[in-house]
Amino acid sequence: MAKLIFLFLTLIPILCTSFTPEKPSDQRILVLLDDFAVKSSHSLFFKSLQSRGFDLDFKLADDPKIALQRYGQYLYDALVLFSPTIERFGGSIDAAAILDFVDSGHDLIVAADNNASDLIREIATECGVDFDEDTSAVVVDHSGYAVSATEGDHTLIASDDFIKSDAPVLFQGIGHSLNPSNSLVLKVLSASPTAFSANPKSKLTSPPSLLGSSISLVSVIQARNNARILISGSLSMFSNRFFNSGVQKAGSPTKHDKSGNEQFFTELSKWVLHERGHLKAVNVQHHKVGETNEPSIYRINDDLEYSVEIYEWSGKSWEPYVADDVQVQFYMMSPYVLKTLSNDKKGHFFTSFKVPDVYGVFQFKVEYDRLGYTSLSLSKQIPVRPFRHNEYERFIPAAYPYYGAAFSMAMPNTICVCAVRTLV
Amino acid sequence: MAVTTSTPTSPPSMAQDLLNSLPKTLKLKTKQQELLIRVATLGLIYILAFITRLFSVLRYESMIHEFDPYFNYRTTLYLTEHGFSEFWNWFDSDSWYPLGRIIGGTLYPGLMLTAAALYKILHFLRFAVHIREVCVLTAPFFASNTAIVAYFFGKEVWDSGAGIVAAALIAICPGYISRSVAGSYDNEGVAIFALLLTFYLFVKAVNTGSLSWSLASAFGYFYMVSAWGGYVFIINLVPLYVLVLLIRFVGFQHVQSGEHMAAMGVFFLLQAAVSCGSDIWIVLQVFFFLDWVKHLLGDVKLFQAFLRITVTGAVSVGAIALGVGMASGYISPWTGRFYSLLDPTYAKDHIPIIASVSEHQPTAWSSFMFDFHILLFLFPAGLYFCFKRLSDATIFVVMYGLTSMYFAGVMVRLILVATPAVCLISAIAVSATVKNLTRVVRAKVQTLQSGSGKGTSASKGSSKGVIDNSQPFQKNGAMLLLLGAFYLLSRYAIHCTWVTSEAYSSPSIVLAARGAHGQRVIFDDYREAYFWLRQNTPPDAKVMSWWDYGYQITAMGNRTVIVDNNTWNNTHIATVGRAMSSYEDEAYDIMKSLDVDYVLVVFGGVTGYSSDDINKFLWMVRIGGGVFPVIKEPDYLVNGEYRVDKGAAPKMLNCLMYKLSYYRFGELTTEYGKPPGYDRARGVEIGNKDIKLEYLEEAFTTQNWIVRIYKVKPPKNR
Repeated sequence: MAKLIFLFLTLIPILCTSFTPEKPSDQRILVLLDDFAVKSSHSLFFKSLQSRGFDLDFKLADDPKIALQRYGQYLYDALVLFSPTIERFGGSIDAAAILDFVDSGHDLIVAADNNASDLIREIATECGVDFDEDTSAVVVDHSGYAVSATEGDHTLIASDDFIKSDAPVLFQGIGHSLNPSNSLVLKVLSASPTAFSANPKSKLTSPPSLLGSSISLVSVIQARNNARILISGSLSMFSNRFFNSGVQKAGSPTKHDKSGNEQFFTELSKWVLHERGHLKAVNVQHHKVGETNEPSIYRINDDLEYSVEIYEWSGKSWEPYVADDVQVQFYMMSPYVLKTLSNDKKGHFFTSFKVPDVYGVFQFKVEYDRLGYTSLSLSKQIPVRPFRHNEYERFIPAAYPYYGAAFSMAMPNTICVCAVRTLV
Repeated sequence: MAVTTSTPTSPPSMAQDLLNSLPKTLKLKTKQQELLIRVATLGLIYILAFITRLFSVLRYESMIHEFDPYFNYRTTLYLTEHGFSEFWNWFDSDSWYPLGRIIGGTLYPGLMLTAAALYKILHFLRFAVHIREVCVLTAPFFASNTAIVAYFFGKEVWDSGAGIVAAALIAICPGYISRSVAGSYDNEGVAIFALLLTFYLFVKAVNTGSLSWSLASAFGYFYMVSAWGGYVFIINLVPLYVLVLLIRFVGFQHVQSGEHMAAMGVFFLLQAAVSCGSDIWIVLQVFFFLDWVKHLLGDVKLFQAFLRITVTGAVSVGAIALGVGMASGYISPWTGRFYSLLDPTYAKDHIPIIASVSEHQPTAWSSFMFDFHILLFLFPAGLYFCFKRLSDATIFVVMYGLTSMYFAGVMVRLILVATPAVCLISAIAVSATVKNLTRVVRAKVQTLQSGSGKGTSASKGSSKGVIDNSQPFQKNGAMLLLLGAFYLLSRYAIHCTWVTSEAYSSPSIVLAARGAHGQRVIFDDYREAYFWLRQNTPPDAKVMSWWDYGYQITAMGNRTVIVDNNTWNNTHIATVGRAMSSYEDEAYDIMKSLDVDYVLVVFGGVTGYSSDDINKFLWMVRIGGGVFPVIKEPDYLVNGEYRVDKGAAPKMLNCLMYKLSYYRFGELTTEYGKPPGYDRARGVEIGNKDIKLEYLEEAFTTQNWIVRIYKVKPPKNR
């Protein structure tokens, strides 16, 4: 018995940590590889993940035992696909399963490469990214290439076209374009205007389909459910060789000792795996001025207060979010009230306003979409009623003619009736 | 009653006395006998009027029928649960999302208050009935009361015989039954009672000149106003009647005398204050004012000059005021429904939402025949009798009959208003004819006994000499005619019962059909669907459907609807019509803007149920197109023809309504020997069998596919 209690007591912390909705960062990551050589050739990337506390599970992509979920529960929080050539996953995983995984709020990192398989392309297409249809094409840049030992190979690109660029990032692989109908996908590493996508070994007969800075090298998508996806056209970008190699961009005199790849992917993976840029809104409250309880219905022209608490995940703890552009709408088919929320730097956002002189079913709406942050979409429905019969003013100045009319009507009537009565 | 009053009570041996007096009391005098028969007949009529309306309860169950009654039921429920004050101030956020509806200020509370009062009384008497049973039986109960009022009215207008006949006729007249079967819990159920009561009390007041009767009439009118919008009929008929009376007594000697003038002036002023909108009142007022001025001036020439000046002045001022008012939009023209009363083609051209309602259609001859049967022929006969014995009361009835007949011809549901008048006037015809004939039949006996002195007063039409000469033939003829009359009346009774049981007792929420072997098949799909909504959707889910089903969804499904049968906001309805007639992606944007979670369509292709949404669809297009010109009716027609098969218009085949109605219908074989996707309601094979839904998904389809519910998908995640 004591043993059982002991076991239970030891289990409690484990159980507690395993159910922490408070922690938005991913915990368990499944890494699917073409072969285990990648595990060692890309060990720096994996090590950086592991050092940040992630639990990596390496599997061969065609391993028949792999599965994303068991008994309807997902086994992993994120999936890394470092298997560009895989034609068919083992086990129960297929493209639809991976997309379901994303649609249920989990994150995905996809690395394609030269001769990427149709399966990988399909997954990318479903995420709003179209790889060059020419399977032999790679991104070539005759002016933005990285100076290297093998002269004439301009497929190794040194790109510095990203936010806060320090050292250029090395890229070697296939390019993709963004689906214009998809508003969620975002370029993070773009090719230079001189780049194009073609087979470097053959002569160009027709103009390449992907050209210039419309080529995206690395893209991210934040889905509507805040699942984050990273798609790269190159697997070797993640490799130790690229992480460690020095870089000199063609035409540039500065030679960096170390490429920007490591820093680039560390920061990007922090974002993708929800260590950064994750907001939460809690404690949405609204009530009449001077009251504390939330009413079930408002009356027109009521004065009310609205407040919400927003916190940002720092990777370790929830910190108050500070911004002066969070707005609340009082919405019925269109916003009747739009107010910017003030905040007290402790995460508490609040405002007060008057309910418009319109009755109907309104919503408090906070739609907060900022680049790099999870989107907040809060809506709370509340009906607004007109005055009750006894809430109007007893006498309205505008109605005095009517009062007068009523009395002037009633008086002669009384007199006439009395007169008739006496006469008859 | 006759029995109790005629027995003198003697304390010592009551039982003995009673036994002794029993044979005596049974031997009543003729007058007492007549009274007894009359009371007994009325009692039977009272019961008959009630039980003939119970077919629907026996056939189906004790349930609320149709569409509007569900709203009435829901509000009554609210009234009994929350009290009058809450009911009065009720802001309903479950309908007309997101606009909401102020219930208390936009309904006629008479019906709900009546039912709630009955409910309270029953509970006070310790009858623990559910409010639904009270609502179901309110209309039959008031129909019985109407029959009694009809008796008194007939008695007032003609004689007690006509009263009895009127009560009997109205008790079973299909025109009235159509709106007052058990479960038809609608305003008209009590309003017809109130209407007839008001008219009766008014006529009574006219006949007696008593202030108390006119006060009672005013209260009847008050009740009518609280119960139904048809009160405008009363407020316009009464002054029209007064006008006719004035014209009739052109000399109006007795009107001109001072006291009468004043009294009537006060009366009309009062009435005019109540009904400023009614034009006829103003005419009357002007009439009396001029009369009064004439009286004051006492000089014809002076009066004519005065008349000329005032008339030109008034007309020009009125024209200017009207012009300014119209231009500034301060004076709103009459409502469309009222317009369509005066000009039956108005709604068809201008307001599709009014024209689309089946009960607003002009009446077909067949439905007159169906609802009135022999009364249609007795009505002119009755008018003849009325004209032959013109009195204030008969003039009123004639006017009521003629005006209401006109309205009944314009709008099918106004047959209801005409029914009491038709019954009354027909009753006069029946009663007068039968009375005359029986008199002729019995004349011989009388002539044998006391000579032909008495019977002549009633049979004014033929001279005395003729009667005497052709006595034997006339007697046989009278017998024959009498038999014919009874035959007709019995046919009427049979017809009424048949119509009630076959046509008017269907709740329309539960459908019945005959199966292949003649057995009854019940389709309870509506309630199945609403129950599903209630059980399987989130409580704040918004359901979009065509407005016909709005009341039912809120009452039975307890979910928020976008539009309902209270068609107060044409734009909102047009938005729904537009969504239904757009392509799926366009409709999706509209539905998202209205926060729609579920879409409900009614589909009769499997069962052959013809009043489904596909058959109503052109109205959605018209109403939607009336507000949003992007929706054009010709896009849905092929050479002016409405089709759903292969030859249908491409837009028709791909609009939301088509897709939702026929989704996966192409896989279904509905009838033996027909290809899959054979629509039994329209008798064609559908044109688009391969329907893919992108933004919606099927959530629920009832057993017979009559109601189909779709869930609106959230926006694409990636």
